[in-house]
Amino acid sequence: MDAKDIYAALEKQFPGKVSEFKGEILEPYLSVDGASIVEVCRYLRDSAGLNFAVLSDLTALDWPKEEKIQVVYHLFSYSHNHQIVLKVDLPRANPKIATVEGVWKVANWFEREVYDLFGVIFEGHSDLRRIMLPEDWVGYPLRKDYVEEEEYDGISTQRAPLVEKLLR
Amino acid sequence: MNETAQAETGFFAEEMTISVGPQHPSTHGVLRFVVKTDGEVINEAIPDVGYLHRSIEKIGEKVTYHGYVPYTDRADYLAAMFANQAFCLAAEKLAKTEVTRRGEFCRVIACELNRIASHLISVGTFGQDIGAMTPFVHALRERETINNLMEEICGARLTYNYIRIGGVGYDILPETCTKIVEFLDHFEPIVDEFNRLLSGNKIFIERLAGVAVVTKEEAFSYNLVGPNLRGSGVKWDIRRDIPYSIYPELEFDVPIGTAHVGKLGDSFDRFWVRIREMQESCKILRQCLKMMPKGPAIAKVPRKFRPPAGECYARVEAPRGDMGFYVVSDGSEYPYRVRIRTGSFTAMAIIDKLSKGIMLADLIALIGSLDVDAPEIDR
Repeated sequence: MDAKDIYAALEKQFPGKVSEFKGEILEPYLSVDGASIVEVCRYLRDSAGLNFAVLSDLTALDWPKEEKIQVVYHLFSYSHNHQIVLKVDLPRANPKIATVEGVWKVANWFEREVYDLFGVIFEGHSDLRRIMLPEDWVGYPLRKDYVEEEEYDGISTQRAPLVEKLLR
Repeated sequence: MNETAQAETGFFAEEMTISVGPQHPSTHGVLRFVVKTDGEVINEAIPDVGYLHRSIEKIGEKVTYHGYVPYTDRADYLAAMFANQAFCLAAEKLAKTEVTRRGEFCRVIACELNRIASHLISVGTFGQDIGAMTPFVHALRERETINNLMEEICGARLTYNYIRIGGVGYDILPETCTKIVEFLDHFEPIVDEFNRLLSGNKIFIERLAGVAVVTKEEAFSYNLVGPNLRGSGVKWDIRRDIPYSIYPELEFDVPIGTAHVGKLGDSFDRFWVRIREMQESCKILRQCLKMMPKGPAIAKVPRKFRPPAGECYARVEAPRGDMGFYVVSDGSEYPYRVRIRTGSFTAMAIIDKLSKGIMLADLIALIGSLDVDAPEIDR
């Protein structure tokens, strides 16, 4: 099934919840209403003809100008060899979305990473802790406006330019 | 100790918390497990990752497309070629750049050599982890030859920076081709020797057969990829099923778990898939060397590489499975976002679940059989 048919199937099942489908671009994606992400994902996984058995990737994009953070889901189906990209727009000031851990187990780790690096809160997540960075880290590094703290735990994070270092 | 056992024996034992790693030899690189055990039996093993986090994704937003290729090497330094290729594929798709035909062949040759090298490390250290020291040395001896070949091809032994947008950095010379054939002639019998030494070893098999079984459904839900997925009996290989580069023209088999010593999807099956994949890589290499056309190794690509705004997700079949680069462009010289999705990251996520109720020594077998690679987890 190509992206157009998947979009049509979703539109029929969840009228008004999926939108912004552009078929001509390189990788077609759908925008999904944040409140219904879990139902949409479960439907995509379980309904015959779609069978998106795996969540290939879950990540986020930060768009400071539009004041939004997009959570991006890459789904894949082994039985039908087709894929689809879902995007959910969240307000940048308070990004919150329900976890899809109940649909695909691997979402647990993916969501922890997105929480760690983008500060998106996944509601209902069983173990929402930082994964890459230490627990007491300040800020979310993959946001576009992130500024590194001058030191962490008494260790300086500032580095002198290499030339200066060599001349010293 | 559970209550019935306590009542029967009269002994009482408290749950013990042990830290395995980050400097444990079986944790390959640096990763750590907080293991809660009841004697030898694991109640819970909580992975703690992030020791090797070098923010490669953030660096991607600060350098140009051409300049990012060397950074991708560091995502998985045991299989750097694949990260190179995945990123270049994504950039080429975005900008609709054509790759020269000889360039494609050079890519596949370099990648398959790299796959053999990476699998040798995997199976060699796997043996070492569970107590077989000799096979490790044999595996590294062969890998050394591949490193020498790689040095001839691109001047580097580990972090290659060989695959560039539009082709490859340097052409593979005819002398090197002869040397690769010589290596293959030498290596193919070595695999059989390796099987006699390790894969057929009764102690080795006893340690792995039936340990940490992953069912097909679990493998899907946890998104296991590559040999770990195939070990569970799923015949799926990106080279065959979502073809890229020149793989559709090549003939090769996709080995899957056979369950001939234990259950389908156990630690031995995952190991056994890797051994047979090395043989398949040899087949691919021989075909490539025969079919290689003449011509330029790299297409003319502008120095100021500005793909039009858009996004793209490129997958390649790396030794640790599906490696995906999700590149978003805003039309400028720098990528707006680069996301690296790796096989080891998802393989780590399943360890917590699989480790419940197994012996402490089996945890080491489990980590080794999943072939997790710390730099690839943390990026």
